[in-house]
Amino acid sequence: MAAKTIISRPIYGTLSPQPGKHHLFIADAEGALAITDMAGKAPPGFFDGAEIVFIPGPEAKHIAALEALKPAQLHIAPSFASLLPRLKQTLTNAHMGLRLYLAGTEGLIGQAMQAALEAGIDHTSIETEHRGSLARRMQCVHCKGITENVTTQPALCSHCGLLLLVRDHYSRRLAAFQGVCINAEDRSEIPPMEEIFR
Amino acid sequence: MSTGTTTLDVVVSDVVPVNELVTRFHFRRRDGGLLPTFSGGAHVVVEMRDGDRTRLNPYSLMGSPLDTREYTISVRRDDAGRGGSLFMHRQVKPGLEMVISYPVNLFSLDLRAKKHLMLAGGIGITPFMAQTSQLAGAGGNFELHYTCRTASLGTYADVLQQRYGSRVKLYHDDRGERIDLDRLLSSQPLGTHLYVCGPAGMINWVRDRAASLGWPLETVHFEHFAAPQPGAPFDVTLAVSGKTIHVGEQQSLLEAMEAAGVDPPYLCRGGVCGQCETNVISSDGKFIHNDHWLSEEDHRSGCKIMPCVSRFEGKSLVLER
Ligand code: FES
Repeated sequence: MAAKTIISRPIYGTLSPQPGKHHLFIADAEGALAITDMAGKAPPGFFDGAEIVFIPGPEAKHIAALEALKPAQLHIAPSFASLLPRLKQTLTNAHMGLRLYLAGTEGLIGQAMQAALEAGIDHTSIETEHRGSLARRMQCVHCKGITENVTTQPALCSHCGLLLLVRDHYSRRLAAFQGVCINAEDRSEIPPMEEIFR
Repeated sequence: MSTGTTTLDVVVSDVVPVNELVTRFHFRRRDGGLLPTFSGGAHVVVEMRDGDRTRLNPYSLMGSPLDTREYTISVRRDDAGRGGSLFMHRQVKPGLEMVISYPVNLFSLDLRAKKHLMLAGGIGITPFMAQTSQLAGAGGNFELHYTCRTASLGTYADVLQQRYGSRVKLYHDDRGERIDLDRLLSSQPLGTHLYVCGPAGMINWVRDRAASLGWPLETVHFEHFAAPQPGAPFDVTLAVSGKTIHVGEQQSLLEAMEAAGVDPPYLCRGGVCGQCETNVISSDGKFIHNDHWLSEEDHRSGCKIMPCVSRFEGKSLVLER
């Protein structure tokens, strides 16, 4: 679990089955394992009312394990962007009693939560579990461009090319960490780039 | 008065009988100025000077938060209670000068909600009068379900239906009408918040059903002011102030402390806000916890008590205050 440094830095828990009739899971890659681990604690029949949306990623693992849970629906998506319209649709039509479970990378959790907040779900009522890569979704505070899968510190903004210090300051609205120019005073100063959000 | 509460000098500007049990009271500032702004769901504590006795009862503000020239409250007469509501009904007349607290809101709307679903039982309608005015003024999405014993006891049902039409649904006990709660709760759009005010049984039922139907705790709001219950008199020693006091049959522990010159903090006087929480230093006897604040574990441990509503029966009780 990621350490809590400043207040806006999200902290994640361990998925646990909530009361209710409808359960929506969104997971990527290793996030599938958070769901299968949770299944051991779920009451009988829990997955009869569950929908799992899964982004397996390049390794395409864990699909069979999710199928074995026999959810009411299992939807495999190539990327978060491709599942977003469907997710928005589901949330628009959903009723109170739908519970949301997000598992996997921070980028996935953050973006799915962003859609959920827009639909009126309070972030405290969403079950989250971080699994797999710690790669960050980062917003450059200068050009506002978003760079996905940032693993280094500092990191290069893929839009304006500035060298950014990736802060723990997180925006729930943007589902992104803030990146701030690290050498604004003197561009010739280039600190070593280390891989730290693996 | 006490922590967080400053008083307002008011004059009773009108007293209006609403039905066989309920009377409405209007207050204006004695100096003619505007009253402090409040938000829907807020209450004030009304000081009642009844001879050498002072009662302090909380009542929800029911007027529109958009109009602060006056405050209005509605009081249901409780013939078996400790006399606060009877005092209001019998002694309070237009022109009487009274003291009330600043408004405090322990039942506010969560304005992030996409929709507000309100459930009222009986006199529990009063906070919703203000909340619906507030939301209607701001174009908010709400729906009110109101259960009452009979049509004539459906306090303000007519006003509400006239103001909001089909957004208000009435259920009359004497006609066997009942809220189909599970259906109602399961058909609400995502982002709905639930508010319930009424008798304890109703609140428990609604909270319970909402929880098992998957409503997150943060989306369920409720308000129940337990009026202090009368009971057998008892003695208490207050360790910090070094006083031993007697709590009469019709008096609450909090009132007895105040009468002895101790000034414990409070906000709701109804066992819900947590302000008056007091540590028990030693006890030999049985607690009668009437509050909604302490956990069951706290109740069992006998280490804490809420003096605004809870009582004690037994040989000795020493509190920290
Ligand atoms: S004054 Fe609020 S709980 Fe006692």
